[in-house]
Amino acid sequence: MGLTSRPESQSRMVEYDPQSQEGWVTTRFDFLVNWGRANSLWPMPFGTACCAIEFMASAASKFDLARFGMERLAYSPRQADVLICAGRVPFKLAPIIRRIWQQMPQPKWCISMGACASSGGMFDTYAVVQGIDTIIPVDVYVPGCPPRPEGLIYGIRMLQQKVMNERMADKHLLEEFAPDPSSQLYIPPPLIDELSEPFGNSVHQTRSAP
Amino acid sequence: MSETFTMVVTGSALPEDTPMPTTPYQIPHKGGAANPSAEALTAKFGDAIKSVEVGWGETTVYVDRAQLKAIIQWLHDDSTQQYDYLSDVTAVEYRDAVRPLEVVWHLRSLPFRRFLRIKTTLERGTALEVDSVHSIYHGADWLERECYDMFGITFKGHPDLRRILMWEQYKEGFPLRKDFPLRGRFSRSEQLRQSLTQNPEAKYSMEELSITEAFAELPDDVKQRLQGGERTGE
Amino acid sequence: MSTKRRTIEVELSTSGLDQQGRPQRVPLVTNDGGTAVALEPHPPIEPDLGGEHMLINIGPQHPATHGVLRLVLELDGETVVRCIPHVGYLHCGFEKIGEYRQYNQIIPWTDREDYLNSPGNNVAFALGAERLFGIEITERCKVLRVITCELSRMMAHLVWLGTTCIDLGAFTPFLWSFQRREEIYVMLERWVGARLTTSLTRVGGMAADIPDGWLDLLRDFIREFPKTLHEVDSILTRNAIWVGRTVGLGVMSPEDAINYGLSGPLLRASGVSYDVRRDFPYLDYETYDFEVPVGVNGDIYDRYLVRMEELRQSLKILEQALDRLPDGPINVDDPRVILPPKHKATSDMESMIHHFKLVMEGPRPPIGEVYVPVESPKGEKGYYMVSDGTSKPVRWRIRPPSFVNLSAIPKMAEGHMLSDVIAINASIDIVMGEIDR
Repeated sequence: MGLTSRPESQSRMVEYDPQSQEGWVTTRFDFLVNWGRANSLWPMPFGTACCAIEFMASAASKFDLARFGMERLAYSPRQADVLICAGRVPFKLAPIIRRIWQQMPQPKWCISMGACASSGGMFDTYAVVQGIDTIIPVDVYVPGCPPRPEGLIYGIRMLQQKVMNERMADKHLLEEFAPDPSSQLYIPPPLIDELSEPFGNSVHQTRSAP
Repeated sequence: MSETFTMVVTGSALPEDTPMPTTPYQIPHKGGAANPSAEALTAKFGDAIKSVEVGWGETTVYVDRAQLKAIIQWLHDDSTQQYDYLSDVTAVEYRDAVRPLEVVWHLRSLPFRRFLRIKTTLERGTALEVDSVHSIYHGADWLERECYDMFGITFKGHPDLRRILMWEQYKEGFPLRKDFPLRGRFSRSEQLRQSLTQNPEAKYSMEELSITEAFAELPDDVKQRLQGGERTGE
Repeated sequence: MSTKRRTIEVELSTSGLDQQGRPQRVPLVTNDGGTAVALEPHPPIEPDLGGEHMLINIGPQHPATHGVLRLVLELDGETVVRCIPHVGYLHCGFEKIGEYRQYNQIIPWTDREDYLNSPGNNVAFALGAERLFGIEITERCKVLRVITCELSRMMAHLVWLGTTCIDLGAFTPFLWSFQRREEIYVMLERWVGARLTTSLTRVGGMAADIPDGWLDLLRDFIREFPKTLHEVDSILTRNAIWVGRTVGLGVMSPEDAINYGLSGPLLRASGVSYDVRRDFPYLDYETYDFEVPVGVNGDIYDRYLVRMEELRQSLKILEQALDRLPDGPINVDDPRVILPPKHKATSDMESMIHHFKLVMEGPRPPIGEVYVPVESPKGEKGYYMVSDGTSKPVRWRIRPPSFVNLSAIPKMAEGHMLSDVIAINASIDIVMGEIDR
């Protein structure tokens, strides 16, 4: 769901302010700040289901996450940098994750771990949010059900690359990436409905196609 | 509290020389030895027992809805039955529109090592109500709430019957009914919008708790407004 | 009925007296084989002076709730006066979608509801489905399923151990237990390709037979595992902090436990010897020599002891299963449920038709209903399936042990202090995927 194209001004891609001048000092400072941030991303594990167990296995001794800077798992959103949503998010949990995202201070990023967080996964039912990127802005999607720890580490490395490419001159990084005010969603509602349509919705249980 | 408990052993009501149970094989699809409780039930309750079926080694007893609580109470209290363990309370709705909804209780007797399934049918057109067995088995508390949440069956006498798996203001209906489509009645974006407006903190705020305790003494218009869902959400 | 009680002697590392010189603890058991004597309870908690009660909300996002559980506590100072749990934050509609899936397609769903016991759930479902179909599986399949169930039990108890220790402040056993879990993950990955959500069984057999060398991996694991148990034992069982935080808390009497419908180690710690493997056996469990640990005091410490002993007993069963594993086919030879081998499906007309029907429509059981319970690490788990003759069940009900176990938390937590609630919650061993389905 994150592959939809959005107007430039709303995207989370890095933008340069053409007016600002990037001198030697600012680039060094950028590098320093980004290096510090990328290598000490304290995750907030919003672990709900099976992916949370794989997250715990990633944090344990065999696939240690601490060597990537995620030494301290911040369970309070107010002290976290990156929200790792590991597991399926039902509708009852949607306002909770929205609230937790709002409680995190800037700069913050989000990793959507697993198929269920990225797109609803195998849970195409009445109760599960089909992708948390409708309710919070996601930076990195990690596919898998559950993703192997190596997969999660790949996703974290991708996020670290993204953080390293940020620039102080980019004005968008200072703003909270707000949802569409009328629907409070991050993807336009007609697009959400259009993406869910092909699978239909029926009470017929015994047909071949689910 | 500095007490120790004497061990409760399963099978304690069986005769001393009964061998330990073994894995069942060659189980017939229908027929076979019924659970002795079925016979005892028909002897005691007569007409209230509609039928007894034995399938795959399990005995299912269909009972009349009105006598349900008396039957389950007897099964729990009687010393020859001692069904002290409630395993499950659930409901089944068939795809065939003619067949009525059935509510199912799975009872287990630990002293006798028996398993019994009690079913009652809720005829189409009648109210979806059955008696709650909460006063007999405390474990029925959440099981019956879940049955209400998923099917809309009201359990009369349950102290706190409200939704447990979906949120309380859930408007789409009762999910496990056959006329409820898999992906819900509303569109995905509408479901998202409705879920974001639920206010999870309002329930069981101090305001809510004091309202529940003082509800009886409030004036009528305030009661109306509260029952309509108005809260300040403190 | 050989249910022995383990007596251990607890020597505490403190002098045993508190600041007022009162004996703070007495030994847990006597070592002359006598009955166990529990520790002195907390001094009676008197209500705090006046004032209001405070409402505290724990969760649904909280490190110590073992998933998305919301507990609303009404506190009088530090004492819990009322505890109201809220669940449903992980409700995904499993039972609904089970009605839209063929029996073999439901197996990945059984992985994900109790995700700590995925292989065990697969076995539980396959047992129920095979009863519904009227199929009896091969000997090799039975023994492999026993191995699967016990490995799964060990996986789940290891997670319980790790997370409970973290909740009570001990971080190291978490790393030890997850290291052991990695070894089991490697074994499962060699077998079916997945670490956690395995989909190991099929109706009538297993997804695949074990590869060469797998049994050696298992033997190595069985040989090495007791060292971890010994390490954890030495660090926790006689530790004054652990004993002080777990003894006498969260007590459930046996009558209450039975009435609340509790099952599993929670029920057995309260003194009730109900184990589905003994009382309603399946997979020839009555032919294995193992003991069922039963507790005495019904508190958190007993639940810990029961689970540790279950880990040891699982090792014992695994050794016996390894010795008796027969050769032979792994899937039952029934074309109505098992796919024909590929070379036949592409050459022989009848096999091709079977293949087509099984894939497109799925195996169809006769009309009936079945409920086969198994002993999952959390308790009595079973899938109640109702069939109307089509390839998709009319009703697929998961009997969730953690759901019923959790409903007793108000009874266990009220009257205790706030920090004890976390310990009690950890000792019930819940998994939200199963509670909310």
